[in-house]
Amino acid sequence: MALDPVFLSRLQFAFVMSFHILFPSFTIGLAAYLAVLEGLWLKSGNTIYRRLSEFWVKIFAVSFGMGVVSGIVMSYQFGTNWSELIQVAGNVLGPLMGYEVVTAFFLEATFLGILLFGRDRVAPWLYFVSSVVVSLGTLMSAFWILSANSWMQTPAGVEMRDGVLHVTSWLAVIFNPSFPFRFAHMLTACFLTTAFVVGGVSAWYLRRDRVVGIARKGLSMALGLIVILAPLQVLIGDAHGLNTLEHQPAKIAAMEGHWKTEPGAPLILFALPDAVRETNHYSIEIPKLGSLILTHDPEGTFTGLEDFPRDERPPVTPVFFSFRLMVGIGVLMVLIGLVGLWLRFRGRMHDTRWFLAVCQYASPIGFVAILAGWVTTEVGRQPWVAYGLLRTSDAVSPAISGGNVLTSLIAFGVAYAFIFGFGLYYLYKIARGGPKPVEEEHHTGHPTPMRPLSFPGESI
Amino acid sequence: MEFMLANVWAAILAFGVLMYVLMDGFDLGIGILFPFAPDNRSRDLMMNSVAPIWDGNETWLVLGGGGLMAAFPVAYATLLPAMYLPALLMLIALIFRGVSFEFRFKAHTSRHVWDRAFFGGSLCATFAQGIVLGSFIQGFDTRGGQFVGSAFDWLTPFSLFVGLALVGGYALLGATWLIVKTEGPLQRWAYRTAQTLAWWLLAAIAVVSLWTPFLDQSIAARWFGWPGIAFFSPVPLLTALALWALFWSLRKRHTLRPFLFALALFWLSYSGFIISLWPNVVPPNITIYDAAAAPESQLFLLVGVAFLVPLILAYTAYTYYIFRGKVRADEGYH
Repeated sequence: MALDPVFLSRLQFAFVMSFHILFPSFTIGLAAYLAVLEGLWLKSGNTIYRRLSEFWVKIFAVSFGMGVVSGIVMSYQFGTNWSELIQVAGNVLGPLMGYEVVTAFFLEATFLGILLFGRDRVAPWLYFVSSVVVSLGTLMSAFWILSANSWMQTPAGVEMRDGVLHVTSWLAVIFNPSFPFRFAHMLTACFLTTAFVVGGVSAWYLRRDRVVGIARKGLSMALGLIVILAPLQVLIGDAHGLNTLEHQPAKIAAMEGHWKTEPGAPLILFALPDAVRETNHYSIEIPKLGSLILTHDPEGTFTGLEDFPRDERPPVTPVFFSFRLMVGIGVLMVLIGLVGLWLRFRGRMHDTRWFLAVCQYASPIGFVAILAGWVTTEVGRQPWVAYGLLRTSDAVSPAISGGNVLTSLIAFGVAYAFIFGFGLYYLYKIARGGPKPVEEEHHTGHPTPMRPLSFPGESI
Repeated sequence: MEFMLANVWAAILAFGVLMYVLMDGFDLGIGILFPFAPDNRSRDLMMNSVAPIWDGNETWLVLGGGGLMAAFPVAYATLLPAMYLPALLMLIALIFRGVSFEFRFKAHTSRHVWDRAFFGGSLCATFAQGIVLGSFIQGFDTRGGQFVGSAFDWLTPFSLFVGLALVGGYALLGATWLIVKTEGPLQRWAYRTAQTLAWWLLAAIAVVSLWTPFLDQSIAARWFGWPGIAFFSPVPLLTALALWALFWSLRKRHTLRPFLFALALFWLSYSGFIISLWPNVVPPNITIYDAAAAPESQLFLLVGVAFLVPLILAYTAYTYYIFRGKVRADEGYH
């Protein structure tokens, strides 16, 4: 069997992208958290904030490092494997990514140096400014890259001339129909992901009675954010879904496992979609609720997959399941936030053992939800790479062979497994070391963030 | 208008790539010299001398990729498939090298893994960049704005030689950077190493300069024909002068000058490279005018670049200022 460069390139893109997105998702939230902590430390002089910042900046450094190196891969991936996409849409995508580089990457990379090594070389206010600037850089990066992605989902502001896209309105390109929703949805997801990590690690310390004052503050801040953002995310997600229904109805039909265009569609909780017979097996459903959510009318109608030509339908099964996984985690997040709020009112948030255990084990759920969400939206827009304009199968580089792509896929697979394994191990070591206790003096003359972890009797 | 925009963008990209070569050049060079350093303490110092700035340096490479995509999408879409395997080697190498900054100082028993990753990553990334450079001079097999050659067209004695030349060149930049940032035994070692590498660079520049005109008639005509010889003969003359100044400053044990002269050598060699290829962006057939993005796209990003690149240069200079002076043993990673 000949190796198919399209399939292998898709697999490679999905792999390097999924790996990459884990780090920005976390560092976008963490950069903002660090800026808040530095601001509070500067304002209140409360050492707890400083200790939290010193601790999380170490985690940030490792995560950001892995994000940077896996991100450089992305900026070359379009040329190596998807050159036809650039031949057709380079006029649109090029400047968006160019803006990402000049507004965000330099800002992050340069001020990161100050954040990691400059605490004793710059004034406290400038250190705070650096943390704000790094956070701003991560947000601007997200702005441009989500604009580019959203444009590929819902293209606007362009016209095709001689097989090449030309921009007629940059405002329409940047603020394309799905961009505001995707941007809000993703940023909220990043903050939630970080909040669950910060909350989970804090809960872990509380369960072991370590650095109790600092851990209480960490848990309290994290759960405070979760109880606000998790319900908000449900509303944003709903609005995003309505937007998708308007612009990418086939994706919605796949997400819902919705085959026939009939009024009063149920909400399918579980099923095994069957693309060949165009039906679902073992379906568990709530009548009318699907129509109610998507059309805000129990008897409303939205287009089923049968009404799309077979060659314009996305693969149903992965979209259907990844969407359910994402929504399920979203609901879990709301519940954890509410339970946390209830315990907080009773003054028991920091010593309810079972709840601390829940928080600890919930640490990685944000990452799972983000990956599931991206699988939903990216597989769901197939077979298009630029929706309605260019098919994925026509976008691959004509000059590359399947053998080339297999080589690179294996190389990335091995390299990332190696890096990821060690990276997780070092992150675990840093987390196990924990923040320095409040009583310990500031260590002047040394940049505290990077000091060796001095947990007694610990070998690192 | 279109003609001017393409020229402006070619100048911006040429500047971006030059910045990358000069800035990431010396921190890649540190990696290349890493295993040859006198002792482990020196290795810590070497790494810490670039730890706060390497990330910003490497961002110029992203600007190169992003800028090429934005301003000359046809070139981006032609060059990268042609360079598929060298680009892969470079990216994987940069991954290992980049994380070794963060991992090495967190590791205990596994530190040697990241010593090797830092060295191997820096070496392979540099070698791959040299191959790309050599391939540019050789030219690419294109038809109708598409690469039609094979996956191994880049593999020639010339491109491999340019790869080796660049390894020595970056190592020289690294050694002269260490002269600036260190003192004592490590600095003495850096002086000796820089001296050896300067001889290597002298030989490499001579070989590449003589070899290049034989690869392409039009390159030879540009340098040796009239009026080219009048315009361009200062480049080799200044190169010879810079080489002499480099040897002189190393012998006199100057601190900053060897680094500056090494940078000047890179700048001059790079100018020679641009002169040989102009106005091709995918030699020998695709010019910057053929590959240019639509004017409205070039203009849109140009507005941002015109304001932001000076700002980037300013705050980059500021961080270099903050981390000025000799690297101290108690600073950076521990």
